[in-house]
Amino acid sequence: MKNIIGFIRQNLTFFSFLILQIVSLVMLSSYSKSHEVFFGGVTNQAAGNINKYYNNWAYFFNLKETNARLVAENAALRNQLAQDFVGFDTTKKSGTLVLRRDSLEKIRKFYYYPAKVVGNTFTLQKNYVWVERGAKQGVVKDMAAISPDGSIVGVVVEVNDNYSKIMSLLHRNSKVSAMLKRDKVAGSIEWDGSDPNILVLKNISKSAVPKIGDTVLTSPYSSNFPSQLMIGKVISIIKDPASNFLTLNVKAATNFFNLEYIYLVENKRMAEQKQLEKPEANNE
Amino acid sequence: MNNILKNSIRFVLFLLIQIIILNEVPPLHQFITPYLYFTFLLWLPFGTNRLTLTILGFTLGYSLDLFTNTPGLHAAAATLVGYVRPNILNLLLAQETFEEVNKEPSVGTMGWGPFLIYVFLLTFIHHFYLVLLEWLQFGNFTYFIGKVIATSLMSVLLILLVELVMNRRNIKR
Repeated sequence: MKNIIGFIRQNLTFFSFLILQIVSLVMLSSYSKSHEVFFGGVTNQAAGNINKYYNNWAYFFNLKETNARLVAENAALRNQLAQDFVGFDTTKKSGTLVLRRDSLEKIRKFYYYPAKVVGNTFTLQKNYVWVERGAKQGVVKDMAAISPDGSIVGVVVEVNDNYSKIMSLLHRNSKVSAMLKRDKVAGSIEWDGSDPNILVLKNISKSAVPKIGDTVLTSPYSSNFPSQLMIGKVISIIKDPASNFLTLNVKAATNFFNLEYIYLVENKRMAEQKQLEKPEANNE
Repeated sequence: MNNILKNSIRFVLFLLIQIIILNEVPPLHQFITPYLYFTFLLWLPFGTNRLTLTILGFTLGYSLDLFTNTPGLHAAAATLVGYVRPNILNLLLAQETFEEVNKEPSVGTMGWGPFLIYVFLLTFIHHFYLVLLEWLQFGNFTYFIGKVIATSLMSVLLILLVELVMNRRNIKR
């Protein structure tokens, strides 16, 4: 305190000069509108700059929370997509002219859950993705997993209380029903275990005329994936004269290497569909 | 004559000249308004300390501002002049001159050359700051500096005129 007073006493002249200058400028700016605008602008800009820098830092430290909120928001938005819902059958008449149900009402078919990826492999022959969401949070076996950009990742194969294990598309046994977007011809997408960027689309009928660059989507036949999700693009066509089917190499749209969040898709009617698809044991 | 009384009379006289005459005459040119009031600060004795100079500058400028309806504009410029005056005198004069505390800067005590430089530098600083505050920007810089220099030259001319008329040389020597 003594030092401060000493410092002020030593520089009294300079301080009084500064104070008088400031008093002048304040008087000037409070009197004249244009000066007020000018000095107000200068101080605003200084304050604005400081706020901007502070904000940048604060923003950086909030990124994690922001990310979590965005994931939640995305899941909420995906859950509102029209393709998650199926309508009632309005053609069925039950004796009266009046429908029993409101035809605008829809039944939810797909439901999206966000999940954080806690483990991921892509260098093996059998690759898996582990996520932190399990049976307690609504995950069941055979749910589909899709990446944030809407391309598919795999299928849930194991679930425990809080974690689940997803069989990635990059798995020798992975098999997902797919179709060519242009021809609507269905086949199945698999992986040959060599290049993690390239998937193989098998069992495409020779009546289809696929071209290089054609988009491959999930087919409506799939019981766990919603239809029309992106899988990849055709990069080469292998014609096998001995077979009735074409085999296509597909560049995967999913980036398996940097998964952070994925969405698990629940098909509310999957059990019914699976039941009918099951091979019948007694009826050969 | 008592120094304080003399300077008080000067204070009032310079202000009156500035307000009644120089601010009222039709300007020589759109942008040239001659200023004489701060000659009061230039004429204060060598021994005046810096704090007094600064405060007197403010008082002088603010008194003028009360009449010109620009509170703070001339006060800021005159405060600056009062504050930098010792620096400029230091540049121009040998140390011993300051010991004659009751002498005033004039042609007689300083000689023509240093006195001219002294007057011109302070006038220039005053006008530069004043015009800058008034316009709040340099705008076209040649235009700005042109106005500052033209106004400064006009003011220096007036100050020298007053210097000759008052003939302070005889009083001091």
